[in-house]
Amino acid sequence: MAARYFFRRALGAIFVLWLAATLAFVALKLTPGDPAQALLAASGATPAEIAERRAHLGLDDPLLLQYGRYLAELVRLDLGESWLHGRPVGRMIVEQLPSTLALALAATAVAVLLGLLLGLPAALRRGTWLDTLATSCAVIGLSTPTYWSGLLAILVFSLYLRWFPSAGQGSPAHLVLPAAVLGFAMSGAIARVVRAQVAEVLSANYVIAAHAKGLTPRRVLFVHILRNAMGPALAVTALQFGFMLSGAVVTESVFARRGLGKLVVQAIIWRDLPVVRGVMLVAAIAFVLTSLVSDLARGWLDPRLREEQQ
Amino acid sequence: MSARAVGRRRRRVRLVPAVAAAWLLLAGAMALLAPGLAPEGPMTADPARALLPPGAGSPLGTDFLGREVWVRLVWGARLTLTVGAVAAGLAVAIGLPLGLAAGSLGGWVDSLLMRLVDGLLAFPGLLLAMAVMAILGVGMESAAIAAGLAAAPAYARVARSVAHEVRIQPYLDAARAVGCSPWRIAIRHILPNAGPALVSFAGAQLGSILLMIGALNFLGLGDSPGSPEWGMMLADGRGYLRQAPWASLFPGLALTLTVLAVNLLGDAWE
Repeated sequence: MAARYFFRRALGAIFVLWLAATLAFVALKLTPGDPAQALLAASGATPAEIAERRAHLGLDDPLLLQYGRYLAELVRLDLGESWLHGRPVGRMIVEQLPSTLALALAATAVAVLLGLLLGLPAALRRGTWLDTLATSCAVIGLSTPTYWSGLLAILVFSLYLRWFPSAGQGSPAHLVLPAAVLGFAMSGAIARVVRAQVAEVLSANYVIAAHAKGLTPRRVLFVHILRNAMGPALAVTALQFGFMLSGAVVTESVFARRGLGKLVVQAIIWRDLPVVRGVMLVAAIAFVLTSLVSDLARGWLDPRLREEQQ
Repeated sequence: MSARAVGRRRRRVRLVPAVAAAWLLLAGAMALLAPGLAPEGPMTADPARALLPPGAGSPLGTDFLGREVWVRLVWGARLTLTVGAVAAGLAVAIGLPLGLAAGSLGGWVDSLLMRLVDGLLAFPGLLLAMAVMAILGVGMESAAIAAGLAAAPAYARVARSVAHEVRIQPYLDAARAVGCSPWRIAIRHILPNAGPALVSFAGAQLGSILLMIGALNFLGLGDSPGSPEWGMMLADGRGYLRQAPWASLFPGLALTLTVLAVNLLGDAWE
């Protein structure tokens, strides 16, 4: 039964990835401009050389054949060649990925911690100043652009207090400000879900029963309330992780960090479409994988979800 | 909760949307009246007055070219709000018919459209907008189109689920029974009943659209250099963060307050 649930979810994830990959293929094909020309434009190639390159890249083949080859290459994690640099897109992405991933993971940790810290007291003390403070922080987090809060953080913590470096990377200290800024922006959505879920679970019969049979409040909170409120909180965290990557693009620019952000912005300015497509696909893979993992984790936390799928 | 706490809470609930609405009205008035308020325009530079702090001569200070920050903010409001409204309108214009068609017609139309939406939603919104910019080329018009297109799939999904909820109501069975066509049902019966929820979500999306347009401009993918778009003012000012923090802090504050006001009003509407 459980195996079937996992299998269905994995199949759904592959289907969405295929859809995303197909949309990316169609978008690139609809874009005007000749890739062979773009690749060779800088070197002053002759029309004959461009034609040869077209044939080499398979651009004269029927569309369906090109599509099949594109999917086959994707399965082998081959993302094509950059029009600007002539290098494999996959390698260019792998070079930049660790920096972006470190930022996204650190920011997610900050976001989850802040989300729980704001959402839990708000739900347990509804209608008090704590609730007001937490909900205000949540909506401010949702509304503040990281490109502004990032500059504020640099101004206060780098330029005035000199606690952390303002730009670049290399040491853990370089990661503190970007992760805090991006994490704060993402914490609002998590805090909202935690607050709503915990508030709902608080009035559930099994929580009243747990109190009635004399369990300590601490035990009720951790075993009965948190465990049941975690599922949706996990789902929204997974969703946020997908957005973490696009948030990282902006945050990297604010803090002049290396990473996928710089890569994709340069690629857009130079219209290096295979690189743009590669980064998009990596983001889609990250999004689909995190949703899958969160689905599986939710199924594990809450057996009812597994059975609903039958 | 004590009676006083209840009273306090009620007052807060009424006060917050009022302040939010007041800020949006102020920003809207600035946008409309920009030519009258600051006839010299956002590009007038005076190198002799570069990097002046906020004070008597210059209410919000000047930037590195000696341009008045408040003048640029006012003209930027015009630009930022117009582009945001265009993008939000585009998201509704694309998302609403698609979602309504999927939710009202059901069947294979529904499956096909919603799978398309699933595929698009696998890309984070800002990256989707950036990909559209890569195809259309850099510029303010493309930024508006890109933000609108990126927001459309989420709108289509919400419109679809709202329409779907209305569709299963008994009065629609009645409409079908007297022989209304599916399109007539969608436009005459489902749309009016789904209206309030759809307006509320369009409002909620406006906030994220404004942030997205600001981000595209901040990254240098938006308007031409020197434009008073708020995200671009922020980017221009950051090179002088130490000497003249006001040149980037005020545009950021204006954008944050606007998005905050939109989000708070959306919450109050619900």
